[in-house]
Amino acid sequence: MQLARVIGTVVATVKNESLHGRKLLVVQTVDRNLDAIGKPMVAVDAVGAGIGELVFWCRGKEASFPFKREDTPTDCTIVGIVDSEQHVTR
Amino acid sequence: MIPARVVGKVVATQKNHRYENARMMLCQQITPEGDETSYSVLALDSVDAGVGDTVLIVQEGWGASTAATGKVGAAIDSAIVGVVDRIDLL
Repeated sequence: MQLARVIGTVVATVKNESLHGRKLLVVQTVDRNLDAIGKPMVAVDAVGAGIGELVFWCRGKEASFPFKREDTPTDCTIVGIVDSEQHVTR
Repeated sequence: MIPARVVGKVVATQKNHRYENARMMLCQQITPEGDETSYSVLALDSVDAGVGDTVLIVQEGWGASTAATGKVGAAIDSAIVGVVDRIDLL
């Protein structure tokens, strides 16, 4: 899992059937100091995250496990919302 | 497995239910020599690791889910599975 900031939303009308009703968010991965690192990605939301929130996402096959795992095509899913920046203790 | 240093903790109330009762540690990958790389990762703790410890992180869903929660099939891609005492290199 990696920390990320939600920086946008994606609207896609035509998509795989198992993605219907799912929220797609643009996330920017951040490092331990909460500075952006790497390129933004599109993640499926599994916890009700919104723009501006600090979240963490899960990669790979495990990303489909919060949903119908056999046929949800995602490799990046938001699985938690960090309570606040102060809740990342370093 | 990758060697990493535990640099902090993350608290999230809103999260996937499989993360409940698990401790989420903020880790920084290190080289075998002990230098920190730029890769930050969140891993669930299964061995009571603490901040400052050098640890081993598994980044494979099956093993990580089992180590961290005792059951397979969770949306977990990284787990701390050992605390490193030392690394000897040629």
